Amino acid sequence: MSSFPMRKHPLKLVGILLVTVILGFVMLPAVVVTITAFNDKAILAFPPQSYSLRWFARSLAYDDFRKGFWNGLIVTAWASTLALAIGTGFALALHRYSFSLKSTLEGLLLSPLVIPHFTIGLGLLILSAQLTVGRGFPLVILAHVILVLPFVLRSVFISLQNLDGRLEMAASSLGASPGRVLFTVTLPLLVPGLVSGWLFAAILSFNEFTATLFVSNQAAQTLPVAMYNYVREYADPTLAALSVIYIVVTALLLTLANLFFGLGKILNVDAH
Amino acid sequence: MTQRPFLGWLVSPAVLLALGLAAAMAAILQYSVRAYVPGSLDVGGLTFENFTTLLRPFYLWAFWNTILLCLMTATFTLILAYPVAYALVRVNNKALKSFILIASITPLFLGEVVRTYSWMIVLGNNGFINSVLMSLGIIDSPLQMMFTTSGVVAALVHVTMPIMVIMLTAGLSHIDRNYEKAAESLGAGPIRCFMTVTLPLSMPGVVAGFSTAFAWTFSAFATPQLIGGGKVNTVSTLVYQLGFASFNFPFAASLSFAGLVMTFAVLALMKRAMRPIERLGEQ
Repeated sequence: MSSFPMRKHPLKLVGILLVTVILGFVMLPAVVVTITAFNDKAILAFPPQSYSLRWFARSLAYDDFRKGFWNGLIVTAWASTLALAIGTGFALALHRYSFSLKSTLEGLLLSPLVIPHFTIGLGLLILSAQLTVGRGFPLVILAHVILVLPFVLRSVFISLQNLDGRLEMAASSLGASPGRVLFTVTLPLLVPGLVSGWLFAAILSFNEFTATLFVSNQAAQTLPVAMYNYVREYADPTLAALSVIYIVVTALLLTLANLFFGLGKILNVDAH
Repeated sequence: MTQRPFLGWLVSPAVLLALGLAAAMAAILQYSVRAYVPGSLDVGGLTFENFTTLLRPFYLWAFWNTILLCLMTATFTLILAYPVAYALVRVNNKALKSFILIASITPLFLGEVVRTYSWMIVLGNNGFINSVLMSLGIIDSPLQMMFTTSGVVAALVHVTMPIMVIMLTAGLSHIDRNYEKAAESLGAGPIRCFMTVTLPLSMPGVVAGFSTAFAWTFSAFATPQLIGGGKVNTVSTLVYQLGFASFNFPFAASLSFAGLVMTFAVLALMKRAMRPIERLGEQ
């Protein structure tokens, strides 16, 4: 904070105060949920009278959460990897070539950004009923691939734009086949974009709720769906404890991503 | 250079996925014009009854309510996110910048359920706000914030904040600082400089953020369902209830379809209305 000039404009102070209050609003739920998680009593009351760790123990031992966690990992691993493969291929094609129906295809694949998740969930549910395949893992994974693809596409496309095309040209002028150029020059140079795209897709997929609620069944229930079912039935701080674990893990992942890749670059919010 | 090596390999998986999505949307359209057979998951013959039912005051009201909720959320989010995005672009201290970024972006990755649950504890009758206000002696009995539209809006603003901050920051970071310096050197004060230079130049980001916040709010389900508690009906909660409580999938499909048309209509309208404003930022 020493970088502020000595002579502070009064407006600047107002601005600092304003941003502090807004960030307070953003962080308030996380703070409240953390205090609640350590509450010893089973009723949600504030502030807690006594403290304990028992809700953490319960949230880690609760069967539906454990199963939801593993189901979520399976779905996330498949969905984000498939989305990465499909999205990278399509981003390369978008960047390099012109082909028929290019913009139609692009528009269709980016449309999940504005199509409500419940619409996509309901559509896939009806489709699966018509094809008599039923709900379960394949359908959940398909829904997630559709939903996270726009983010992967964006991340890979931005890295492609920042890639120096002369490196590819140099390789092919030295006699490398298009396949060799792709696998030894283009893809290695894209690794930061690919990793951040995958990470983004994985986090979004692991947390996706609405569409999953429509297309999952008991066997393929993911963690957010299990949490939703819990909050409808019980009102004890178990979910608060789980939320704290969630918040801590997510903030750690983001801090690591920020250290290694620069979050600003991933989200394309850095001034160049 | 008409050679396009690997084009088929690169594009065909994406085509398959796009076909899957299109088929799902077609399935909704097809179900929306079928009759509901009570007690059965099969659908009956062709009918437009679902769409005439949509014109009943209850559903029209729900649509109106949803649009209002989305507009309120997007507006409040914009007002709160703008100063944060501005600080993110203008703060020079690296550690402070990282802190603002992580603090404002983390909620994006927490998922709707965790965030909604946190707000239930904040807003509940025994929750944080009521406990604080009561212990300070400001109120005697708890304020009802759960199951109200204002409660839902507060939580939804929190849900859409991160994406708005990202889009506004992207818009603000592309502004050439020399324009502001020029305005200042010509004698404009900080407020005038902001209102006549920075704000107009950031309009593309504002438009993008506002539309995205609108679409996200329309898509939100857990927040209106849990915090609204059945008292705040939105298109998303009604679709879920129709599908999973009464198994009336044809009507749920027609409601989704109408909702989709409405989303696109509102977004197109917004784009049109904001075109002159957006053009300000392109100069």
